[in-house]
Amino acid sequence: MEINLTLNGRKICGEIEAGTLLLDFVRSQGCYSVKRGCETSNCGLCTVWLDGTPVLSCSVLAARADGREVTTLEGVEKEAEAFGRFLAQEGAEQCGFCSPGFIMNVLAMERELENPGEEEILEYLSGNLCRCTGYAGQLRAIVKYLNRKKEGEVQGRGGEESGAKG
Amino acid sequence: MFTAKEYVRAESLEQAWSLNQKKSSAVVGGMMWLKMGDGRKGTIIDLSGLGLDTVQEDDREFSIGAMCTLRQLETHQGLNLAFDGVFRECVRHIVGVQFRNGATVGGSVFGRYGFSDVLTCLMALETEVELYRGGRVPLEKFAAMPYDRDILVRLWVKKDGRRAAYGSQRNTATDFPVIACAVSRLGDEWKVAVGARPKRAESILLDGRGKTAGQLAEEAAKAFSYGSNLRAGAAYRAHLAQVYIRRLAEKLGEES
Repeated sequence: MEINLTLNGRKICGEIEAGTLLLDFVRSQGCYSVKRGCETSNCGLCTVWLDGTPVLSCSVLAARADGREVTTLEGVEKEAEAFGRFLAQEGAEQCGFCSPGFIMNVLAMERELENPGEEEILEYLSGNLCRCTGYAGQLRAIVKYLNRKKEGEVQGRGGEESGAKG
Repeated sequence: MFTAKEYVRAESLEQAWSLNQKKSSAVVGGMMWLKMGDGRKGTIIDLSGLGLDTVQEDDREFSIGAMCTLRQLETHQGLNLAFDGVFRECVRHIVGVQFRNGATVGGSVFGRYGFSDVLTCLMALETEVELYRGGRVPLEKFAAMPYDRDILVRLWVKKDGRRAAYGSQRNTATDFPVIACAVSRLGDEWKVAVGARPKRAESILLDGRGKTAGQLAEEAAKAFSYGSNLRAGAAYRAHLAQVYIRRLAEKLGEES
């Protein structure tokens, strides 16, 4: 069967089997950031956005994405890079295999929750498993990443104030 | 993962029902559990084009479409305001946000899984299941019915002013529950549902007049049967059930 969808802002048309998973379809389109992990809907490695909502592409039929918008890490490269720097600064990525799915969910959380506390962050990301880190560094990275705008605003205001004084 | 010959996005409930009369067909909700099975399906029937993905309410009841996701239950203000946040509490431990953005209420309820948090929670409220051919059926009756090839359309939850609370225990975060308990109270009438025993949820009604939370919990916990599996033994589950029911009853007001 044929499906038409928008993948990372690009309109595409694909030929699929009825039972093709979205995971396999996006990988066939060159989106290799999307990883096959547990295949039991538990690990979060295969996270993509479907119409902006994070879902597990190992558990969504590609046919269901027909007419919709799919975003993978390749479609949010700049944001992913920015957050990736925070992860690296906190030593929060080791083998890196879980990072694409993890980053997709962090960016989704940033869009969905306003000023989340640590508990909310941990709850939102409980479906992303990392077998290397223990999550402490990741949590530090997320908090710093989410606070970057606030800090930027404070610095900006500080600059304006000092400029006014000057 | 199963393979399938054909995928159909149903254009009407009648079409979905007709296609589903073949044993080789399968209705897909979120597909979280269905995908764990192997084998070859004939037709996969997708209900996502039928507008069954909304929660609506009037003065008397909520209507929850079968294709609503567990995340919608978790974040719906009206539902959670009406029932003390019980919907959020019953789903928030289920894997992660991405999972709950996919898993559907219809899939959870129609499957009548023994581990279902959602079935347990809804059973403590006054809930009816609307089946395409079978009409509206009380959830308790539906849960005890054998599987058939009808289509679950939506759920109806009565806004009768009852208060509700939910609690579950898991061996590890995001795992299936070892026990799932939901308690609701409308005046002196208490309704207790216990799931993950590990059998599918059941409920009982209790008259709470003159009883403490401890007495209510003892009476309720004894009314259910418990089993053992790899996660826990029957005796442990029975003990947990009594503890959780007491805590939830205390939360809803110790003396009725």
